[in-house]
Amino acid sequence: MADTILEVKNLTKYFKTKRGMLHAVDDISFKLERGKTLGLVGESGCGKSTTGRTILRLIEPTSGEIIFEGKDINKLSNRELRHARKDMQLIFQDPYSSLDPRKTVNQLISEPIVTNKILKTKAEVEERVAELMATVGLAPRLFNSYPHELDGGRRQRIGIARALAMEPKFIICDEPVSALDVSIQAQILNLLKELQGELGLSFIFITHDLSVVNHFSDEIAVMYLGKIVEKAPSEELFANPMHPYTKALLSAIPIPELGAQKERILIKGEISSPIEPGNECRFYKRCNYACDRCRELPALEEVSPNHFVACHRIGEV
Amino acid sequence: MDNNTTKRKYSVEELKKYKKRSMWAEVWRNFKKNRTAMVGLFIVIALVIIAVFSHFYYDYAADIVHQELKDRFQKPSAEHWFGTDSFGRDVFTRIVYGAQYSLSVGIVAVAISCALGTTLGVIAGFYGGVTENIILRVCEVFVGIPSVLLGIAIMAAFGQSIVVLMFAIGLVYVPMYCRTARAAVLPVRGEEYIEAARIAGVGDFGIMFKHILPNSLSPIIVQITMGVASGILTASSLSFLGLGVPLPSPEWGAMLSEGRAYIRDYGYLTIFPGLAIMITVLAFNLMGDGLRDALDPKLKQ
Amino acid sequence: MSEKDIVLDLQNLRVRFETEDGIVYAVNGLDMKLEKGKAIGLVGETGAGKTTTALALLRLVPDPPGVVECDKLELNGQDVLNMGIHDLEKVRGKDISMIFQDPMTALNPVFTVGEQIAESIFLHEKCTYAEAQQRAVEMLELVGIPGERANEYPHQFSGGMKQRVVIAIALACHPQLLIADEPTTALDVTIQAQVLDLMKNLRKQYQTSLIMITHDLGIVADICDEVAVMYAGTIVEKGTLEDVFNHTKHPYTEGLFNSLPNINDRKAMLTPIKGLMPDPTNLPEGCPFHPRCPYADEDCKKPQVVRNISDSHYVRCGAYDRPGFHIERKER
Repeated sequence: MADTILEVKNLTKYFKTKRGMLHAVDDISFKLERGKTLGLVGESGCGKSTTGRTILRLIEPTSGEIIFEGKDINKLSNRELRHARKDMQLIFQDPYSSLDPRKTVNQLISEPIVTNKILKTKAEVEERVAELMATVGLAPRLFNSYPHELDGGRRQRIGIARALAMEPKFIICDEPVSALDVSIQAQILNLLKELQGELGLSFIFITHDLSVVNHFSDEIAVMYLGKIVEKAPSEELFANPMHPYTKALLSAIPIPELGAQKERILIKGEISSPIEPGNECRFYKRCNYACDRCRELPALEEVSPNHFVACHRIGEV
Repeated sequence: MDNNTTKRKYSVEELKKYKKRSMWAEVWRNFKKNRTAMVGLFIVIALVIIAVFSHFYYDYAADIVHQELKDRFQKPSAEHWFGTDSFGRDVFTRIVYGAQYSLSVGIVAVAISCALGTTLGVIAGFYGGVTENIILRVCEVFVGIPSVLLGIAIMAAFGQSIVVLMFAIGLVYVPMYCRTARAAVLPVRGEEYIEAARIAGVGDFGIMFKHILPNSLSPIIVQITMGVASGILTASSLSFLGLGVPLPSPEWGAMLSEGRAYIRDYGYLTIFPGLAIMITVLAFNLMGDGLRDALDPKLKQ
Repeated sequence: MSEKDIVLDLQNLRVRFETEDGIVYAVNGLDMKLEKGKAIGLVGETGAGKTTTALALLRLVPDPPGVVECDKLELNGQDVLNMGIHDLEKVRGKDISMIFQDPMTALNPVFTVGEQIAESIFLHEKCTYAEAQQRAVEMLELVGIPGERANEYPHQFSGGMKQRVVIAIALACHPQLLIADEPTTALDVTIQAQVLDLMKNLRKQYQTSLIMITHDLGIVADICDEVAVMYAGTIVEKGTLEDVFNHTKHPYTEGLFNSLPNINDRKAMLTPIKGLMPDPTNLPEGCPFHPRCPYADEDCKKPQVVRNISDSHYVRCGAYDRPGFHIERKER
């Protein structure tokens, strides 16, 4: 029996809008094993970031269970939640807006340690900051620098150091490299991977960039309009994508090699509205293979070991 | 180099070599470049020095309120630079001595309104919803009453003294700070670093006063310098109406009011106190403008 | 090739910004020649000077603080460099136009998209406003938006649709040269695929020359004929797609390729380029890449000259003076 650190069951988040309920996250379930990485992939508006924030209860879910190390996060009181958050951290997408511009690197990294009273004396805190800065590869001279003086890569290292400060077991990385240049992106990805190996961290890796998620994840869940449409181990998903949306998504990645570009599967139109989406397959309006049966929402079914797809026409096309 | 992470540990001494540089040094550097703002600052400093020194240099009874009826209505001369008033008192001395009233009323009133207003504004902006609604609606009620009228009402209710004047003007301007602070807080509240602080376990109070407030300070600071100017003006208006600092204290507004009766024949009695008010208000405004530019991060890059 | 076919001839472009904190050397000696109907990809990371180069071509670099110097800037044989502001306005939008990165801010929210396309046509072509509006509707249909949506405002369009409108405006007067500055960075991958497809088709149809500014080598491989890799304001390597992708010569280009996650080999460790972009106010002596370059030696601190590998391919790297020097990336 695999050691499950996080289990999400039927997680749902609706937002009330003037035109009706916005289905941001619509009944999704998955499990994450300790020390592994789950990639959550999708385009803007598919609900992947909301999923991440709901798991940490930065956004209150509408319904569903989030079981982290045996505790249902949804049922915790504010105090218990604050305690539980020491084990669950978030790395933000934009290292420009996720660091308080009026605080120095030292203050930023020590904040989680001081507020949670993890270490008592000032000397201990300073020791720990020094250790964390070395771990994420920030030069000593940046100790009292302000974030606006630093480039994106270094800022993201600060964000990582903050997340690590409380020695969490599980980190949600919300597009941690999409604001960075490619050469810096590789530095950060390598750092995250090293840290995972050293500290045995479990990750949920949220991204729109399939080449990055492929590199990083053990398992990938593809989201579309609040639903998981396909979930499989990374190799399996890339070798044998089954859902029409996954196929289109994979073929749309520009590949930096001559002659490597596969025939693009262009999907028509744009993502439809997440407000009151009805009971048809979420991808129905854009799907090249849509038929009458697709007016009914398909369930996520296991088509081969560990490979789940939500599509009526699997095996037909 | 900070990549190729060598997994050695830094010593704390190594880190502490790198001194902390303050944000204010940066602001001062920007401020210095603005010549008109520096003129404003210079005048403000000069006024403060004058106010402090005149308090100790002059004797209130002998130099300021002592009447010498034989010397009344003397034109400005080498002996009486700004002339003398209807009681034969030296206008220059009185104006110099009066600086302490205007400045202290302006500054204390602003301190009161800023402390109260900003706290309310931050709370309103942070919590939103019902809390915000209550605070803002109460503010609107106060804004609906003209500030001088509100000042008159408070002065009338609590009696005429310089302390009441300070509180009256302070209260009058609370809604202004409250609304400024709330407006400044709103965009900051939505920033990702606030969410980041929450994830790091910081509570509501810490988020409001350690993260949100420092990041919404610049409009508030500007409001403060401008507020001193309007505080001085309101104090003068109230004194002009006879409701401010009690006579015979040489408050500038009160002097203006006294001189008004003789404006046709002895215009200097109104011109000099008026100039004093104008220069003070202008100096604070110039300084406020400069501060706003110096604090605006958009102009930095 | 005959001189007539050269759409753009740019020689020794230098742009610097004189700020209080020092002089920012954004572009340092950049040459570019572009033939009619060709597409060149200008690749580089943030701060390489790609966008500044594009703005300099349109003479839109803000002055002050920008100072633009150039030996030659000809567009279709016209000297743009010494052109008066009046003539310049005729050239912009008509002979050369630009697509910006963010379609959300490139459109004016108070005019309908039809009006915005028609404006460009009306300004540059001899026609009535009604004709211009008719043409605007045609342009919209060309970029795949139903003509009746011409009367809608930008906020009624999604991101991908807005970028199509921006493309329609840019192409409305059939420019000789189109500069696209990261046109798909703000879009989702499936929408990006649609927009790239559209740009490819339109380019074929109108024989427009294209400068594609991007950080994504995958997009370059898809849409361009030539690649110029920029680093710290200079082109460090330029050649056809085949030259640069399969016979990479410059260590920086190699570094860029190695930093990308390989979609076919997910276990491979990424090899980042060590260090950071140099500070543009204080560029290193000689080759700007030498502090980060794994092959650098003392000679790299001297000024670098361009070295021709073939007629189409050049590299700015002094290491090729060393006998037998080659980079690790394999020829393909």
